[in-house]
Amino acid sequence: MRGLSWMQMGPPDPILGVTEAFKRDTNPKKMNLGVGAYRDDKGKPFVLSCVRKAEALIAAKQLDKEYLPIGGLGDFTKACAQLALGANNEVLSSGRNITVQTISGTGSLRIGANFLSRFHGGSRDVYLPKPSWGNHTPIFRDAGMQLKAYRYYDPSTCGFDFRGALEDISKIPEQSVILLHACAHNPTGVDPKQEQWKEISDIVKKRNLLVFFDMAYQGFASGDIDRDAWAVRYFIEQGHNILLSQSFAKNMGLYGERVGGFTVVCKDIEESKRVESQLKILIRPIYSNPPMNGARIATTILNTPELRLLWLEEVHGMANRIIKMREQLVAGLKKSGSSHNWQHVIDQIGMFCFTGLKPEQVERLTKEFSVYMTKDGRISMAGISSGNVGYLAEGIHAVTK
Amino acid sequence: MSLFADVPQAPPVAVFKLTADFREDSHPQKVNLGVGAYRTDDCLPWVLPVVKKVERLIVEDNSLNHEYLPILGLPEFRSAASKVALGDDSPAIKDNRVGGVQALGGTGALRIGAEFLRRWYNGVNNTSTPIYVSAPTWENHNGVFADAGFKDIRPYHYWDAAKRGLDLTGLLDDLEKAPEHSVFVLHACAHNPTGTDPTQEEWKKIAEIMKRRKLFVFFDSAYQGFASGNLDKDAWAIRYFVSEEFELFVAQSFSKNFGLYNERVGNLTVVAKDNENLTRILSQMEKIVRTTWSNPPSQGARVVSKTLNCPELFAEWKGNVKTMADRVLFMRDELKSKLQALGTPGTWDHITQQIGMFSFTGLNPKQVEFMIKEKHVYLMASGRINMCGLTTKNIDYIAQAIHEAVTKVQ
Repeated sequence: MRGLSWMQMGPPDPILGVTEAFKRDTNPKKMNLGVGAYRDDKGKPFVLSCVRKAEALIAAKQLDKEYLPIGGLGDFTKACAQLALGANNEVLSSGRNITVQTISGTGSLRIGANFLSRFHGGSRDVYLPKPSWGNHTPIFRDAGMQLKAYRYYDPSTCGFDFRGALEDISKIPEQSVILLHACAHNPTGVDPKQEQWKEISDIVKKRNLLVFFDMAYQGFASGDIDRDAWAVRYFIEQGHNILLSQSFAKNMGLYGERVGGFTVVCKDIEESKRVESQLKILIRPIYSNPPMNGARIATTILNTPELRLLWLEEVHGMANRIIKMREQLVAGLKKSGSSHNWQHVIDQIGMFCFTGLKPEQVERLTKEFSVYMTKDGRISMAGISSGNVGYLAEGIHAVTK
Repeated sequence: MSLFADVPQAPPVAVFKLTADFREDSHPQKVNLGVGAYRTDDCLPWVLPVVKKVERLIVEDNSLNHEYLPILGLPEFRSAASKVALGDDSPAIKDNRVGGVQALGGTGALRIGAEFLRRWYNGVNNTSTPIYVSAPTWENHNGVFADAGFKDIRPYHYWDAAKRGLDLTGLLDDLEKAPEHSVFVLHACAHNPTGTDPTQEEWKKIAEIMKRRKLFVFFDSAYQGFASGNLDKDAWAIRYFVSEEFELFVAQSFSKNFGLYNERVGNLTVVAKDNENLTRILSQMEKIVRTTWSNPPSQGARVVSKTLNCPELFAEWKGNVKTMADRVLFMRDELKSKLQALGTPGTWDHITQQIGMFSFTGLNPKQVEFMIKEKHVYLMASGRINMCGLTTKNIDYIAQAIHEAVTKVQ
């Protein structure tokens, strides 16, 4: 039992398993609704024009490939923080945030988790909404934190369990960490309304909890970057010194380039310097310094006026296509004769939709219609196009009538 | 009161602090011999011509997108990278028991390997397995294994300051005395920071003891091709250990030999007993990667993969690597000659005997301080210099500075 040879096979990733099964299916009408990446109306990956233009600009500059600082490209981290907080945010002008470039959202969460594990004087407990992104739990666990949950999704309404959330949050021990999805909750697509966010902020403040926002979909949810960052900005305004993870995987389509940011809003600039020094100590023994390519693209887009405008249009376009698919799916279900209430499909937001389908119904949908999705009834709206939304509606109706 | 009121200020990472100080220095003849990055004879960074060519091809290829890579990385990159380390004709590759985990640079490869060993090697979650790193070693080795959870990180004898060479006796003794199943981090070639590598005969002795004492071999290969100018020669030690049927890890970096520093291109090559074990090992590697960075960055891996998998580009790359290695070898010759011509006390043979980017000059901390403060020549407190910082234009100044340091400062 001493060498490498004895450990077990790791369990297969549930989402990858869906894709594998999809690949094997020969049905020409098959649909992959497990995919967590945006697809255009032809079902193809979408490289944003602003990205291609930025790449051309960068290529022309013939830049070197010298190591970035541990904390990443300075122009990137500045633009990244501005995007989240708003250019006029007092936090930025006072310099009391530290923002480091990270390996997309996962890398950002992990750095944050490692930081909490090492320095958070309060409890080791991190409270996640129920349900949350599948990778949140292992990330925090591997960093040495413990996971707990607060009620979030209400299966009876396919909506937000506001009362349940407030009740649970009001019982969280002080100085625990609470993770909030800034917008486009993954996997449910259910977001609190602004009035609800305000109450959440109040109770979180009362309980003296440390807020960790995960914002992986800014711009991608409503199509408006400021609107999608509303909760983050509101909490800061209300005096929460938050931790924030940002990803540019979806909103810039930079998935494989691994572009993200991690921010700690500190008490003052002095504290931010201390925190920065410790973040570097955490980062260096993981990957030394972050990759340049994606950060350069993102920075070029954010800081070049025409490209920034183009980006905002394209993000709006992606969000709109998804919203349209939601509407068409519901229309299709009605047309098929479904008597169920499908309003939640339209009320939910972002890439994912918690259909409310039960596991047996999901299984039938897969077996009889070759529609692939995860057992929890989650579908990726990105996998739907105007060409197949009707087929999907028929399938869902067939298994739910 | 802030939750972070007690977060202490951490000291800066020494090698980056050195560069920061260098940047602030306005002295016209300042030289940076700190950070390990290649420089041309004009003291400029060098983007390899083959890299420029391949990047153009990538930008112009509209069929490429920015989708996620698989968790373990770009398949063509992983196989080509492992092949470069182990050789085209590697029996281990033929036996289908070699796998790769694309990682963020050599650091990332080391960290994933360390995390795996802590979880699954020598028991489950055995944080007390001793990890041996050379004395001295790249300063980040300690951090990588410590943060991966290992509690017992020990030095093994390596640099003999008196004779300015390898302390083979001490090294072999440490191998004999190490608890069974200890992990040893070995530098495949161009030892950082000493530039001193074991000879082939010495490697054989090391391997013999490691096999007998069941010590785990973890190679750090950051300079393949960059050391001698020849890829196969620089991989000799790795291939020897593989031929001796060790299960081992190789953390590969393409930062230096491809000049892709900031793209973070690395690969953890796993040589397992057989394919079945390899499959299980890789499945567990996936879990580690998933909570660290989910999947690796695609740009750098694409560049390396395209280059290694295309015969003409591969040949062009080898030429580029040889250019870099040759310039370093030339500077070593020059520095030694100039110090000898100046009559600088001491022997300077170690400068040409050492190999790779770095040279352990033998300068003591006081002399190093003199070099920095008085001569504006920036080097690490250990006396390590980056040979790439030497050029035909500054070598006289540097030789003179060393001469003064040695003669004026004890």
